[in-house]
Amino acid sequence: MLNSTTNDQRITLAHGSGGKAMRDLIQKLLVPTFNNPILDTLEDQATIPLGQLLQYGDRLAFTTDSYVVDPLVFPGGNIGELAVNGTVNDLAVSGARPLFLSCGLVIEEGFPLETLALIASAMKQAADRAGVSIVTGDTKVVEKGSADKVFINTAGIGVIREGVAIAATKAQSGDAIITNGFIGDHGVAILLARNELALEADVQSDTQPVHDLVSHMLDVCSQIHCLRDATRGGLATVLNEFASASNVSIQINEPHVPIRESVRGACEILGLDPLYLANEGKIVAVVPSENAHELVEAMRDHPLGKDSAIIGRVKASPAGTVMLATTFGGTRIVDTLVGDQLPRIC
Amino acid sequence: MKFVDEFRDPQKAQILLQEIEGLVKRIPVCRDRPIWIMEVCGGHTHTIFRYGLNKMLPKEVEFIHGPGCPVCVLPRGRVDDCIALAERDGVMMTTFGDAMRVTGSKKNLLQAKAEGADVRMVYSPLDALNLARMNPDKEVVFFGLGFETTMPSTALTLLQAKQEGINNFSIFCNHITIIPTIKAILDSPDLQLDGFLGPGHVSMVIGTEPYSFIARYYRKPITIAGFEPLDILQSVWMVLKQLAEGRCEVENQYTRIVPPDGNTQALQAIQTVFELREFFEWRGLGSIDHSGVRVREEFSAFDAERKFPLPNLKIADPTSCQCGEVLKGVIKPSQCKVFGTACTPQNPLGALMVSTEGACAAYYNYGWIPEEDLHPARSLV
Repeated sequence: MLNSTTNDQRITLAHGSGGKAMRDLIQKLLVPTFNNPILDTLEDQATIPLGQLLQYGDRLAFTTDSYVVDPLVFPGGNIGELAVNGTVNDLAVSGARPLFLSCGLVIEEGFPLETLALIASAMKQAADRAGVSIVTGDTKVVEKGSADKVFINTAGIGVIREGVAIAATKAQSGDAIITNGFIGDHGVAILLARNELALEADVQSDTQPVHDLVSHMLDVCSQIHCLRDATRGGLATVLNEFASASNVSIQINEPHVPIRESVRGACEILGLDPLYLANEGKIVAVVPSENAHELVEAMRDHPLGKDSAIIGRVKASPAGTVMLATTFGGTRIVDTLVGDQLPRIC
Repeated sequence: MKFVDEFRDPQKAQILLQEIEGLVKRIPVCRDRPIWIMEVCGGHTHTIFRYGLNKMLPKEVEFIHGPGCPVCVLPRGRVDDCIALAERDGVMMTTFGDAMRVTGSKKNLLQAKAEGADVRMVYSPLDALNLARMNPDKEVVFFGLGFETTMPSTALTLLQAKQEGINNFSIFCNHITIIPTIKAILDSPDLQLDGFLGPGHVSMVIGTEPYSFIARYYRKPITIAGFEPLDILQSVWMVLKQLAEGRCEVENQYTRIVPPDGNTQALQAIQTVFELREFFEWRGLGSIDHSGVRVREEFSAFDAERKFPLPNLKIADPTSCQCGEVLKGVIKPSQCKVFGTACTPQNPLGALMVSTEGACAAYYNYGWIPEEDLHPARSLV
């Protein structure tokens, strides 16, 4: 268990001071946990032979993301897994094979060492699952109250396979919109794990690396037009990004959008819209209509795509908008969210 | 999902829509203009836009979005008072989620929180009372607002606090009451309405009798309506049926929740804890007599207004705002001078842009169709 501590050793400012305590932390904990030859050299940078990269494709994909989730552990995952999967997925949705990650840790003074060890170990497991190595890193410790427990930044590089050119600007009238499964799980799992709402539901975060699924999709349809992972802001936000970048209208059919009963129930009670809830392993693809059915069938054969579905179509107008045909028979605009979703009063 | 999907059945909706089409043809006024039905409650406004009901109904039926979003109608001066309270040393301010975004003359509670005030979101005033128990060194203030729907929970929490002698808990009371407000709207000279959808959850507390004056004196049909899309379609059908048959009655569509006499225990709690204010200021509507409540003298130890000095400034609505005209149905949200330009959900100038239950925010978020508004069926009366 990640949130249990078997001893009471704590991170102190000394662990970030550049001295012996820091060396011990890096050499006795982080390096052995992340365990790979590039990191083992302990240079100030990771050295990656270009020839090794070229076998995967012809362009480099490079991304970064920071993870500040509270609580650190939630049903279905923890911050360590998230920090790896999130960055792996940002690479994967470009059609890249994710290869190397960095790991920057900002730790609050007093943080249990044991928990840090468990987070590092979760990162290693997630990295192994995704086939990436954590090859460089940085550790900072800040005074108590200057950060909330631990923040993780991971940057990642991957290589994009030849012939693949995915971009948010490429959606065309007639294209189909596809997602790989139930949306909103992560958002609800986090909300409930905070335990401020006195609500219980059996919802697990969907944190998972999607690179293998994306690779499988590209094998079937190399002409995927747009692809993003629907993290913060959810499905609605990604669709709005596509509609706006491609200057098209995206029309979604509410009955076709996969949402779990438990997620719907929590949203009904809390007055939230599942279309805006965060996901950590859900992708949204815009693909040529003629490939859509074959692609969805292929996705359903993959463990991460069992519940894949065509959820809508691209139309020419009204440009820049996302419309939802409701189950009830009406239509409405699904706009970009202004701030956080706030529960309604009554 | 059980108890939800039954009320969102598209086949039943089609049957109701056909019935509604038939009724509309029988209502004489439709020959000259649309039928104007006011949904009093912000929850109804939200459902109408979320399910696109306004676009499913025949064009002869138009909704006028009423004043029933308690977050929206709170005047800026009261929000300023709340922020002043939140910024006092040792105060933990607690409130419902969407109350945190209402802007006073300078900022809202979310901004006050970012600047260092201790502001917490709660789902119930009982959660706030619990925070008071757990933080004896803090003064926990609950920013209480809402109509009769939320009034009983505030009242019961206060009774509980008194019984337990929790003396670091108080409420900043901004509860308002619906009947005087409906009356003020009906008395407004520039208003023209054909009927009402009555607020479902307020009625669960107050019952159906308090609305009888609407039918009796103002000769308008009213149907107490539930919040699912089929509830609303059925309620529209019921109002139209009254109009077609020349009746003006209080009818109850939401019988699964609303008993004719309301909830006597809840009413008793309200009665014990609150008394009517002589008047209360509404954003967009101005001062309305007897439209707000305050904490009774015997509970003054739990009344933040008595416990702490407040700036208590009256701050006029921005002059460019036309919230009042929207609330009375004189104009549609998108006909307001500042709609979507100076006033957006990111930067709400007017009250109705603040909460998702506000008519303007609903218009903005869920799609107003510009073509419709280029040819307003209704001239400014």
